[in-house]
Amino acid sequence: MRLKLVPAQTNWDFFKFSKLTLGLSGLAMVASIALFFVVGLNFGIDFRGGTTIRTESTTPVVVSDYRAALDPLELGDISITEVFDPTFEADQHVTMVRIQAQEGAEAITVETINAVQGALLSLDPSLTFPSVESVGPKVSGELVKTAVLAVVAAIAAVLFYIWLRFEWQFSLGAVAALVHDVVLTIGIFSVLQIKFDLAIIAALLTIVGYSLNDTVVVFDRVRENLRKYKKKDLKDVLNLSINETLSRTVMTSVTTLIALISLFVLGGDVIRGFVFAMIWGVVVGTYSSIFVASAILLRLGVKRDWSKTDNNQGNQYANIDA
Amino acid sequence: MLQFSTWKRLVIWGVCVLGLLFAVPNLFYPRVEGYNDANKAIEAGAVTPENQAAASQWPGFLPSALVNLGLDLRGGAHLLGEVQVADVYEARIEALWPDVRDALRPLRATVGTIRLQESAAGELRVRISQPDGMSEALSEVRKLAQPVSSITAAGASDLDISADGDVIVVTLSEAERLATDERTIQQSLEIIRRRVDEVGTREPTIQRQGSDRILIQVPGLGSADELKALIGTTAKLTFNPVVGRTGDPEQDAGLRNEVLPSIDEEGVYYVIEKSPVVTGEELVDAQPSFNQNGQPAVSFRFNPSGARKFGDYTAENIGSPFAIVLDGEVISAPTIQDHIPGGSGIITGQFSVEESTQLAVLLRAGALPAEMTFLEERTIGPELGQDSIDAGRIACIVAFGAVLAFMALSYGWFGIIANIALLINVGLIFGLLSVIGATLTLPGIAGIVLTIGMAVDANVLVFERIKEELKSAKGPARAIELGYEKALSAILDANITTFITAVILFVMGAGPVRGFAITLALGIITSVFTAIYVTRLIIVMWFERKRPKTIEV
Repeated sequence: MRLKLVPAQTNWDFFKFSKLTLGLSGLAMVASIALFFVVGLNFGIDFRGGTTIRTESTTPVVVSDYRAALDPLELGDISITEVFDPTFEADQHVTMVRIQAQEGAEAITVETINAVQGALLSLDPSLTFPSVESVGPKVSGELVKTAVLAVVAAIAAVLFYIWLRFEWQFSLGAVAALVHDVVLTIGIFSVLQIKFDLAIIAALLTIVGYSLNDTVVVFDRVRENLRKYKKKDLKDVLNLSINETLSRTVMTSVTTLIALISLFVLGGDVIRGFVFAMIWGVVVGTYSSIFVASAILLRLGVKRDWSKTDNNQGNQYANIDA
Repeated sequence: MLQFSTWKRLVIWGVCVLGLLFAVPNLFYPRVEGYNDANKAIEAGAVTPENQAAASQWPGFLPSALVNLGLDLRGGAHLLGEVQVADVYEARIEALWPDVRDALRPLRATVGTIRLQESAAGELRVRISQPDGMSEALSEVRKLAQPVSSITAAGASDLDISADGDVIVVTLSEAERLATDERTIQQSLEIIRRRVDEVGTREPTIQRQGSDRILIQVPGLGSADELKALIGTTAKLTFNPVVGRTGDPEQDAGLRNEVLPSIDEEGVYYVIEKSPVVTGEELVDAQPSFNQNGQPAVSFRFNPSGARKFGDYTAENIGSPFAIVLDGEVISAPTIQDHIPGGSGIITGQFSVEESTQLAVLLRAGALPAEMTFLEERTIGPELGQDSIDAGRIACIVAFGAVLAFMALSYGWFGIIANIALLINVGLIFGLLSVIGATLTLPGIAGIVLTIGMAVDANVLVFERIKEELKSAKGPARAIELGYEKALSAILDANITTFITAVILFVMGAGPVRGFAITLALGIITSVFTAIYVTRLIIVMWFERKRPKTIEV
């Protein structure tokens, strides 16, 4: 008895509601951008400088007490969040204390850290500090720049590669899907206020890679079918290709999701945000390769005559003699 | 396409076996780590029974390279420092004054009296009383300039010398500044490396980043503060003549002198001459010791030239005090009791035993050529690292089991073949990581988990294709052959694009992100290899033996 996620033969029309799905995607993107500007991302210290101190204690944490202990130090904006995780022991109470970058100092000074740790220890002597991280404003500024550059470079490189291997319409379709995925990910991070740090950028780029992987597989089949069925309507060719690869698309997404979800649940709180971004990316990436990349390809139209090897390409005078 | 020549089969199995062999040490991580450490110690001459016992814990014919664990997994300290390269210009220019003075002295008749002027940092201003002699003075001073010693700026002069009215202005040329920056960074790297090595931790990373930054990662060190104390101290030791003692830090010290605070006595300042008699650069040894009263101290020894200078100075200045200055603070200012000819001495102050030990380490390793400021620092406790490893391990095992079960349920026998390939795949990733000495970070573990998910993709592509080809009623052999043939372009295109993003991540990312990029990139390579060669070979071997009339994928 085999497990079958997708019927052996499907003949669904994926473009029946393409106006609706494209519209929804567009709307979601606009909403994400708006959220990004209105609510904003919860940037980690990698991107805005400052210090995070992880505390661990065997006694329960009262965040307001922590705040009261730290307020007299006048360190500016302090955020204290308690961390919960299924992998923790019953008496393991963890918080993350974040302190803004201090005026005039690149990295945090030893005195400041000692003052913070001292204040917290007087509150709860059993506290330990498993990690202290501090990033100066200079570096964080540069990290933002490289991060944005990395995402843009990845998208550009991919645009170029697909253009090389396929046609420019494919390339645009694929990149539209990528931008869609990245924007929606930033949107969900704005909504949920998950800490956005360097690792999330890595996740974003992986999403770019994954979404692309998916799109390329569909496109590869489209290219093949375009050669095979020269007279068929482009819409039908696209639908046929998506239906043919559907089983694979679902299988791969499901296996990847299985792996990611186990990491999400069991991998500890340190990388949970990172894994969440990837899970989201896999879901959105799978959706977008069908409903964004292919739908855009359908609207752009595509060269139909793939049979001739294109010797004359780029040379408009080549046919004159014939 | 279903034929594999014998040599090809041998190569494929050979690669798998080799990869797995290199992965094996990671299964026995603590034991192999102990073995490696012991071997290193024995090589260095520390032959102890414990070391020999540890060295016999692992058979020598097996590979013993391990995957390095990143700071986030092992715990340790991470610092990003910026070297204040401009500091060096100032010292260079300061040191020029005696030379300029000596060069102009024979020209007294034409240039008149020579006076040093107050000036901005990194600039030397010398006024001459007869401006008519300026051109001659300039040409004389220009003789002091030397060609820049770097490949890129060959032929350029190291000093810019110009006239500003009756003042000669000397600054470092642009080319010289660049060359100086380069030297400063190289020196700083070297000295930091020596200091960290003195502490003797395992596998520190000391890397240059960009033009003037240094990244230091030391696994297993308690905190970034400790590391900062070790490498953040310039440890510039000088012995300067003392002009006087004062309580006023703002006191006008006079040209070429400066006021420095005492390290022990609150509110006490010394006026000292700026140019030192001897510097720490001429030390050949420094050891923690105790003075005659049993207080911790540091004893030191000069090299011959330092010993001579120190001996001459002490002989000439019996009865007057001199200052021992460390990083702009006076450690002590003893009075010279006698001529000290041997070139060795002892520094006393209010040290604890730890402080005197650390000072000795710093003096032995040498002074940093310039100060460092820290832009980024991270401390990760070893427990947190261990928690992450444990969580990562469980997550990997569960992810693995779930994917294996899912594949077997979905594709039956073919799924099991894909699972074997998947196991080989993960083994190969660890083997490759060990061989190239890559660092595994927490996001790197996520990369492996992601690879587990994505590695099946190539197989899924092939299997789905075989299914389709079977529908068109071809024989199983033909269907398998076509399945591989037609799925190839999709596999390659899909993986190359992901590989591109991994490369970009590696080039632009830092730290843990880079670790993720490496595992992702290696995962892509191994998964394409296992999908195209290993699963195919297994299927072919099975097919040759069974010759099934029909297959079900």
